[in-house]
Amino acid sequence: MISQWLSQHRQSFRQVLCRMWRNRLATLMMLGVMGATLSLPALLYVAVDNLSRFSGDVRSEPQISLFVALDAKPEAIQDIGDRLRRQHGIRSYHFVPRDEAWQKLRQNAGLSDIADGLEQNPLPDAYIILPDNDTPEVIEQMQQEMQQWPEVAHAQLDTAWVKRLYSLVELGKKAVAVLAGLLGFALLAVIGNTIRLQILTQRDEIEVSALIGATGRFIRRPFLYAGALYGLGGGLVAWLFLWGVVDLFNLSVDDLARLYASDFRLQMPDWQAALALVGGAVGLGWLGAYWSASRALSDIDPL
Amino acid sequence: MIRFDQVGKLYPGGFEALKKVSFEIDKGELVFITGHSGAGKSTLLKLVAALERPTSGTVLIGQQNVSKLRPAAVPYLRRKFGMVFQDHKLLYDRNVFENVALPLSINGIVGQEAAKRVRAALDKVGLLDKEKAMPVTLSGGEQQRLAIARAVVSRPSILVADEPTGNLDETYAAEIMKLFQAFHQVGVTVLIATHDTHGAAASGGRVMHLDHGVLQ
Repeated sequence: MISQWLSQHRQSFRQVLCRMWRNRLATLMMLGVMGATLSLPALLYVAVDNLSRFSGDVRSEPQISLFVALDAKPEAIQDIGDRLRRQHGIRSYHFVPRDEAWQKLRQNAGLSDIADGLEQNPLPDAYIILPDNDTPEVIEQMQQEMQQWPEVAHAQLDTAWVKRLYSLVELGKKAVAVLAGLLGFALLAVIGNTIRLQILTQRDEIEVSALIGATGRFIRRPFLYAGALYGLGGGLVAWLFLWGVVDLFNLSVDDLARLYASDFRLQMPDWQAALALVGGAVGLGWLGAYWSASRALSDIDPL
Repeated sequence: MIRFDQVGKLYPGGFEALKKVSFEIDKGELVFITGHSGAGKSTLLKLVAALERPTSGTVLIGQQNVSKLRPAAVPYLRRKFGMVFQDHKLLYDRNVFENVALPLSINGIVGQEAAKRVRAALDKVGLLDKEKAMPVTLSGGEQQRLAIARAVVSRPSILVADEPTGNLDETYAAEIMKLFQAFHQVGVTVLIATHDTHGAAASGGRVMHLDHGVLQ
């Protein structure tokens, strides 16, 4: 019983592979279409994934940089220090004199060229403040308060842009989901249609098989295998496309990252994401084929 | 074995192919269904082999009521029959051997066992030397015999043939009839639709005559 079942599966599997081999050009085209379609959401996913990794890297503790006015007197700078000592909600703060900041800037790999081009130190004295509380609202309020202090030129919340980046990543994730959903639907239709065309060319065979007692499952089986194989191939091709594109981009990202003295590179998604991509493609292929085959079957043999 | 009780078949569009047909066929019988074209012979055979459902009355095959059969059970009922279709329904993209092997693969029989049975069936109809040939290269009579080989390869207990001698000259037709009689003699129930009333009467089986969907 089991061996009979196995041999039936082996038989339809071989039949499908033979058919695909006979029409290798059409099969390759099909896999290309599927790969391209699947690689679009995958590419967006890579972009968002890397952006999120990047924002995760720099999302250290929020800090406020308090830049003192360039023409402030030393007493005024001292005053600000006193105020900070009295201020509640501050974990620590430290003073960065403008000369020290200048030195650091000149040492910084990517920026030393720019610093060399300047005749005098354009940097102000600054206090770097680490707040106790890391609720964005509380910190923002503190930053706005400090902005009002005398002789403070600018109070900058360093996490603001990270927050912006973070919400951008969230938006990107949604975009990935939407795009994946839409293209998944397109893929379902593409596979369904391909299987439908195959069914049309084998209509006689299906009809005869049904008339002499083939079950729906028997008739559907080769088409389900075909759909799943298309999915598998399409998923793998998409992965290859993704690999190629990420590699290509990394050539430019390398240059860009060097300009910012960073070793940032685009990374391929992990194996779970790969599995999800290929597995999802197989599932879509199977589903598209099932849908198509069932419809065709009820057309051919309504009993 | 086969029992029709007040069976009617009304096709969409209003054509009434069968009207209150009742009969019974016992196991091992040889039965001819005669009548003019359009009398309902093919419809009757399709109802027998569970290829269609009646619109009224009951069709009993063995103990199974075809009208009340679940769709999933229909294929298993169909496997009891060997069908020879009016238009052969051969697969022209497969060779003779593969055509005959189709019912076996549907039954899950493949490999050596299948090959043995396919050759036995081809031998019975005299096509053993043509197993690699494609159906289009066969003559009309050979195609008919191929269709018969496919119908009998899974050793059905009922053989149903729709106009098996329709397009053949007399010599071929006689050969084909002899084949069916041979199956009848080994205990297979044989049901043949034909418009050749004289030939049917000469073959010694029971003759049922249909006229405009009514059994005479």
